[in-house]
This record gives sequence, C-alpha cells and structure tokens, in this order.
Amino acid sequence: MREHWSEAFIGLLISFGLPELLATILAYAIGGFLLVFIALNSALILIWITRKVISRMQDRIGPNRVGPFGLLQTGADAAKLMSKEDITPTEADKIAYNLSPILAVFGMVMLWAVIPFAPGIIGADLNVGVIYLVALGSIAVMSALMAGWGSNNKYALLAGFRVVAQLLSYEIPMVLAILTVVLLTGTMSMASIVGFQSLTIAGFNLGFGWLGFLMPGALLVFFISTLAESELTPFDLLEAESELIAGFHIEYSGMKFAMFFLAQFVISWVWAAVVATLFLGGWQGPFVDQLPILGLVYFFIKAYAIYVLQQWIRGTFPRIRIDQMMYFAWKVLVPLMVGLIVIQAIVQKLPVPVVIQYALIFISNIGVVGIVINVLTGYFRNETIRTKRSFQPRSLIGTMQPAE
Amino acid sequence: MLSQYAFILILSTLALIVPIAAITIGHFLGPRRPDPVKNAVYESGVETIGDTWVQFRAQYYLIGLVFVVFDVEAIFLFPIAVAYKSPEFGLFQVIATLFFILLLVVGLLYDWRKGALEWQ
Repeated sequence: MREHWSEAFIGLLISFGLPELLATILAYAIGGFLLVFIALNSALILIWITRKVISRMQDRIGPNRVGPFGLLQTGADAAKLMSKEDITPTEADKIAYNLSPILAVFGMVMLWAVIPFAPGIIGADLNVGVIYLVALGSIAVMSALMAGWGSNNKYALLAGFRVVAQLLSYEIPMVLAILTVVLLTGTMSMASIVGFQSLTIAGFNLGFGWLGFLMPGALLVFFISTLAESELTPFDLLEAESELIAGFHIEYSGMKFAMFFLAQFVISWVWAAVVATLFLGGWQGPFVDQLPILGLVYFFIKAYAIYVLQQWIRGTFPRIRIDQMMYFAWKVLVPLMVGLIVIQAIVQKLPVPVVIQYALIFISNIGVVGIVINVLTGYFRNETIRTKRSFQPRSLIGTMQPAE
Repeated sequence: MLSQYAFILILSTLALIVPIAAITIGHFLGPRRPDPVKNAVYESGVETIGDTWVQFRAQYYLIGLVFVVFDVEAIFLFPIAVAYKSPEFGLFQVIATLFFILLLVVGLLYDWRKGALEWQ
C-alpha cells in the first residue's frame, strides 16, 4: 500500500517552515477544495456526455454549437441559470425549501471523499469506507423529501414520496451486495478493497483480480441498485415527466434548480465509480505498480465506461411502474442477495482449498445472474408486446391501406 | 486514522459553503420581479384545490418500517463480515451468524405474507 497523499503534502509544507498543525489543516483544506472543485466541474463533462449519448440514440446530433463539439454547452447553460430569477413560492416551507438543494450537493460531494482514484490518492482512507458511502448516500433521500414537502406542490410531494420509497427499497440490495464484497475481502476500507483485487503472477501485478469476475451476481445486483439510487431509467418513475411534471424539483428555478441538476448527474457518476472500485478493480491494471499515474487513467476509463453504460440503459429501456419497482426490489433482489450471503458464508468456512471455494461462489453468482435476467426479460418482453400493440391500427377504417 | 476524519470535517464545511455561495450569487445576479401569479404553486396552470400537506398513504410508512429493520440488521452484519476470515471465527460463530440471518429471513417472510411488500 502506497502512502496517503496527505503525508507527502504535509511534509512538503513543514519543510517550508510551517508548524505541523497548521500544515495539516492547510494540506487538508487544499485537498478538500480540489476535491470539491473537481466534483462540481465534472458535471460539465458528464452532462455533455449524457446529452451526446442520448442524442445519438434518438438519431439527433446533440449540442454542437458552443465550443468544439458543443463541449461548452453546459457552461453556457450554467451561466444562463445563474442569471435567472430566484423564485420562492409564497406558500412554501422556507427552511425545507431552501435547505434541500444545499443538502443535495452536500451529500453528493461528501461521497467523493472515499473514492480511491489512484494508489494513495483517496480523500480519506476511512476504515469504515463502505458504511460511510451508504450513510452519506442516504442524504439524497432527505434532500428529495424536503424538496417535495417544502414546495407545497402536490406533484412535488408525490414525487418526494416515490423517491423515499424507491431509494429506501434499493438501498437494501445495495448494502447486501456490498456485504458480499466485505465478506470476501475482510475489510471495509475502499483502498484495501481495491488492493485486494490485484492478481500477482510471478511477482508481476497484472491487476485483473477483479471481484466482478468472481461475483457477477453481486455486480449485477449492485449495478441495478445504483441505477435506482441515481434515479435513472428504468427507475425514473419519480420524475416521470408525463405524470409528475419534473419530479420533486418543479418549484425550483435558477441556481437552486441547477444544484439539483448537478447533484443528480454527478451522483450517478459517483455510483458508477463505486461499481468500478468495488467490482472492477478500481485503479488496478497492468503496470500500475511501476507507474502509479496509470492507476488514475484506468480508474477514470472504468468509471466513465460504466457512466456511459448507465446512459445507454437510460436511452433504451422503458420506465417501470411503482408496483413493479417494489416487487423487483423486495421479492427478487433482496431474497437473492440474502441467499447469496448465506451460501458465501457457508462456502468460505468449508475445509476445502480456496480455488474450490471461489468456484462455488462463482456458480452461485451465475445462478443469481440467471434469475435476475430471467425476471427482467419477462417484464420487458411484456412491455414490448404492449408497445407494439398500441401502435397497430384497431380497425381498417382510416388506415389508408392501398388495395392490392 | 483520526486525522482522516479531520479531512472529512474540512470537506463537509467546504461542501456546505460552495452550494450556499452558488445559490447566493445566483440570487443576487438574477432579476427580482415577484408577482402573485409567478409565485403561485405550479400545477399545470390549474388552480390548486385544497391543502397539499394532507395524510399520505400508509404504504410509504410500511416501507419505511421494513427498511429500518433491514438496515439495522445489515449494519450488524458488517462487523461480522470483517471478522469472518479470521481463524478465531469458529463453528459456533458461523452458526450464530447464520441464525442471525435466519431471523432476517423470517422477518422478510412475515412482511411478505402480511402483504407489506405489495403495492395496493
């Protein structure tokens, strides 16, 4: 394990003649400011990626006027939102209404603290990293409910309730999927989990001991839960434009709306980065021991690849109903994950070689993947049949078919 | 390790200051011309009927309760998972863990049977 970034930085500041306490605070403040800066500015590129990906899927070009390839479009949007009027509805609950966008950004930025970007480059290497992640991730629930309640708008309130139901439901399979990782690695620190995923052959770290190869079932369940947690299609029924106008942030305008928008996009990237960290090896890759900066490249490639995958799903899948959402979380994912944990707990204590243990874990995970895909295809097949039927003409009158 | 939490403290201050600053700047940069129609509740142009803050479905309350049970149990499972690989974690402890998970499953089955997981 490489030393934490702060140690070298504090050492540098002390060599300038600063006392140790001041050097520590200054180093942490600069590091924290950098993290907040990157977190907020990554929204610019993330929104651009989303708009480009979805445009291409819908046979459009997407933003292409402002700057090269439309890269500055998000900056222009932000400038426009900044000059908009800040409206507060007369009957709103002022405290909840104004606190909610701040909390949304707060919860999103705090998640960046435990993401390991490269060897030794992690905001704070907490020994309870994954619990911190789940705990701070729940602030989004608070923020959405406060926005829905505070706006004094029926649609917003309805959306707020849906957010609570969905985020709470999908947090359970997510926590259980993380639990399988902790059970195997025996640590809750994000940096140590990444360190566990190395694959050393003859003294050379290939970096392909990804947990996703061993536990595809947990990976799939975790990925679906992250889709639900970041409120993306097929789980975007909480901001269904055709039913609820826009979701819990209808009544917001200007910068307050921008805060929700930003938090939503960046949080889906954060969950993509967590998928990459827990299951796809984080910064692990070939030659990462010799050249630590490669770790940064590997990590960002993986995280952005999963982000694009999320947007791809967003562009292609139909939205599910609230009863299907509940059914899928509580009656499919949770029992499967509990079963997986029981199997893994028993297998890991069997008196057999590690290879056989891993093989048994892999087989049970394949079973989970099979069941989840079976349930999902069953649902989406019905949806496809329904959609096709709704486009078919009901009678021949008015269909203007040429006579043959 | 404790100094890591100092970083979290500093980061949380920054994470609060930045959105507050952004919203304040936006508040002062934008125009301010309030009028009763603009400040009214936006419900697709229809006048709002009745109070918004009324009773909500009991279903959400049930989900909250089920969630709390599961989340608390999951938090207890995490320390077990961390200690699981140590050789001192013997047969008795494994059986105790499985029994703990069994309680979780019984709770889930009870909710399932009672219809708390259905969306009526």
